[in-house]
Amino acid sequence: MNSMTEMNTISSIKKKYKKKSRFKEIWKRMKKNRIAMFGLAIFAVIVFCTLFADLIVPYKVSLEQNIGIRLQPPSGTHWFGTDVYGRDIFARIIHGTRNSLVMGIGAVFVGISLGGVFGAVAGYYGGRIDALVMRVMDTIMCIPFMLLALAIVAALGPGLVNVLIALMLSMVPYYTRVIRSAILTVIGQDFIEAAKACGTPDRFIIVKHILPNAIGPVIVQATMSVGSMIIWAAAMSFLGMGIQPPTPEWGSMLSEGKDYMLYAPHLVIFPGMAIVLTALSINLMGDGLRDALDPRLKD
Amino acid sequence: MDEKLIVVKDLSVIYKTDEAIVHAVNKISFDIGRKETIGLVGETGAGKTTTALAILQLLPERTASITAGEIVYRGENLVTKSKEEMRRIRGAFISMIFQDPMTSLNPIVTVGEQIRESLEIHNHNNKNKNELEMRVDDLLELVGIQSRRKGEYPHQFSGGMKQRVVIAIALACDPELLIADEPTTALDVTIQAQVLALMAELKDKLNTSMIMITHDLGVVAQTCDKVAIVYAGEIIEKGTARDIFEGEKHHPYTIGLFGSIPDLEVEARRLNPIDGLMPDPTNLPPGCKFHPRCKSCMEICKTEHPALHSFGEHIIACHLYAKEV
Amino acid sequence: MEPLIKTIDLKKYFKVNGGYLHAVDGVNIEIKKGQTLGVVGESGCGKSTLGRVVLRLLEATSGEVFFEGKDILKCDKTEMNKIRRQMQIIFQDPFSSLNPRMSVFELIAEPLVMNHVYKSNREMTEKILNLMETVGLAERFVNAYPHEMDGGRRQRVGVARALALNPQFIVCDEPVSALDVSIQAQILNLLMDLQEEMKFTYMFITHDLSVVKHISNEIAVMYLGQCVERAESRELFRNPLHPYTKALLSAIPVPRLIENHNRSILRGEVSDPINPKPGCRFASRCDYCKDNCLGQDIPLQDQGGGHFVACSLYQ
Repeated sequence: MNSMTEMNTISSIKKKYKKKSRFKEIWKRMKKNRIAMFGLAIFAVIVFCTLFADLIVPYKVSLEQNIGIRLQPPSGTHWFGTDVYGRDIFARIIHGTRNSLVMGIGAVFVGISLGGVFGAVAGYYGGRIDALVMRVMDTIMCIPFMLLALAIVAALGPGLVNVLIALMLSMVPYYTRVIRSAILTVIGQDFIEAAKACGTPDRFIIVKHILPNAIGPVIVQATMSVGSMIIWAAAMSFLGMGIQPPTPEWGSMLSEGKDYMLYAPHLVIFPGMAIVLTALSINLMGDGLRDALDPRLKD
Repeated sequence: MDEKLIVVKDLSVIYKTDEAIVHAVNKISFDIGRKETIGLVGETGAGKTTTALAILQLLPERTASITAGEIVYRGENLVTKSKEEMRRIRGAFISMIFQDPMTSLNPIVTVGEQIRESLEIHNHNNKNKNELEMRVDDLLELVGIQSRRKGEYPHQFSGGMKQRVVIAIALACDPELLIADEPTTALDVTIQAQVLALMAELKDKLNTSMIMITHDLGVVAQTCDKVAIVYAGEIIEKGTARDIFEGEKHHPYTIGLFGSIPDLEVEARRLNPIDGLMPDPTNLPPGCKFHPRCKSCMEICKTEHPALHSFGEHIIACHLYAKEV
Repeated sequence: MEPLIKTIDLKKYFKVNGGYLHAVDGVNIEIKKGQTLGVVGESGCGKSTLGRVVLRLLEATSGEVFFEGKDILKCDKTEMNKIRRQMQIIFQDPFSSLNPRMSVFELIAEPLVMNHVYKSNREMTEKILNLMETVGLAERFVNAYPHEMDGGRRQRVGVARALALNPQFIVCDEPVSALDVSIQAQILNLLMDLQEEMKFTYMFITHDLSVVKHISNEIAVMYLGQCVERAESRELFRNPLHPYTKALLSAIPVPRLIENHNRSILRGEVSDPINPKPGCRFASRCDYCKDNCLGQDIPLQDQGGGHFVACSLYQ
């Protein structure tokens, strides 16, 4: 048998026995969960609005002030009505999705990445390194979030980036802890010793063996965190610490509209609902993902 | 009195999962008399634990269901009983010991409290507190633990002692039947010897019948009066301990089981394992369930389910014995 | 002939609350090339720790471990990496010893990849398929994941992985304890066949005496970190000397109906391995305990014919 046919045989053997990928299995399980699919559908709409906001309604419309038509209730021309300055609320909601999602997802992403590194190091090496890292994280966690956020904004000034920094600071210690525990559960397993026995260096062990097995619970936790980060971001903007007007942002829209709540409720209803729907859809997806990843939990 | 304590007849249990139906138990029948111990022997996945859980109606509600058969205890069919009625039976009349003593005990409750709980739930004679305490002390002494240790927590005991506590809880209300699911598998061999000796002693003293579930033929030889060999959810051979260990006729699976055990007495270079694996319970083969692995497989075995052939009390479900009458 | 593996006064202590846990306490063993040493004992005797310390997966507290005449405890990292290829391990639990996210192919490939054994993918794939065939794993499992296979097959993957680097010495840490009886027999036969063919040297760790008799040339009985008896396999079963060995042998439930068992049931429990006092550690449970059993440690003594025992009855 010459080498060509040999090679073909071997790769054909590998292809012949290729199994279904894990993702397809997880997706199949998730599809059965109606509520999770509902969450996914809503989230898809929201993502669509983020990506194609400009196609739905041009950005400048959300900034156009027209005092003459201020505080109009929802109508044919202005689907969600107009706000204090006569701006179209629908346009502002659509363009606000980008900011909310960026802050929510961004904060969690950075939080997990950094928290992952710290948690991995603390969990794998243990001992003094572990103690040091965890005490630092404990200290950060002791500070109430709002106080921490206020301090950062006071030092660095308001705005999107600084909100992100504050949110991220609250996420890092939490995920360090979560990932460290996940790693500790994996480390006790024999296959880690098996890897050491065949000469695998530490860095490979962490990346190839520990992290993929530890990441499962973290992913689900992350989707939940995104929801709560979006709400916190809105809260910070509501208090004037986040994105500054006239940039459209749901939290600041709530803040602007609160004085007119009694006679122009649409000013707060729509941004409020937007926040709720976004956080809710992500949480529902997270629930579904958790059930799909470990179907034993259902029983 | 030849009356049977419990009669299981044609019991069948399935588990329904998203993907398939698992035929865990397929028409199992056996009976136990007073003061008798029957061993349910088989490998993992044979259906022994499912049978035990079915007797106590402890099968997972969402997935498991008893599709056929009856379990007659004291003249009544346990399968038809309500939850409340079963609750009164469990612990008081029929008790169970589970396999892993490390996880059978509640780690945050003292052992004395756990024994007391069983007594309090089934307190039919309305004993007062002191009488219950005395009973707890008696039970601990009975299983060889000093009664002054009743205030200690499970983690303060070793594996063997934890299993003794589990036995004490199981026997607290003087049940008529004790179901022991691999009670010594997780224990060291010298501790296993201690616990088995204890169980034999208690069996004598308390007149309790027992179902001993195990995969270890050595344990069976030591403790059981009757034996039932389970394969793929069916009993393929049944008889007294003498029939199984000293009889001449056996089901091929039984012969295979004995052949796989490394024997201390015999010098053999290689062991004689049974080829292959137990069949997938979601996709059982037709005819005799053992036929794909059987060295004596005949044509008829592939299509027809073997009938039960009796030689006195010794029953074998195999076509090989069909000719003999 | 120089033994392949030799340990001298090997000790491993763990620091715990309340002192030092003497997991392995002064163990001397020798294994010749192509032979099997069975290490027997119950939980807490230190046999698994011994296996890991010999492979240097755990750092010894003191003592020496010689592999082919070289003290591996004094080797630096690069030298140790080279020697590691010669010494492998098969684990007890077929469920936790395989990374659930890796396919059979990746699992067996790992030692080959990490040690840069093959330059081409093709050669490596060929080797892996050969290994699978050697251990009796059908080709169709090449891309399967551990959870899709039963315990016996997973253990075969573990064996294939241990064989990948063509080691000389394999520590088998209770490789069949978690398997059903008929599968146990299959795996034991496999290990014995491989030893005959490839002249492997095994340290076979188990609590199951019936299994160890079958596969070992020599057996060492361990109790609380110490070796209390060591003899050629058949001799140990024919003529056990230490009271613990006798109790261990008589505790095994025999699959035969015997009217009068005449078994000496061991009383009590294993004593505390933390900061043990000098003297025989089995004394509290021994029916033959005398005054001179306590107070000072009793060394292993040759009773002739390679049969060693650490007991004051034979001094």
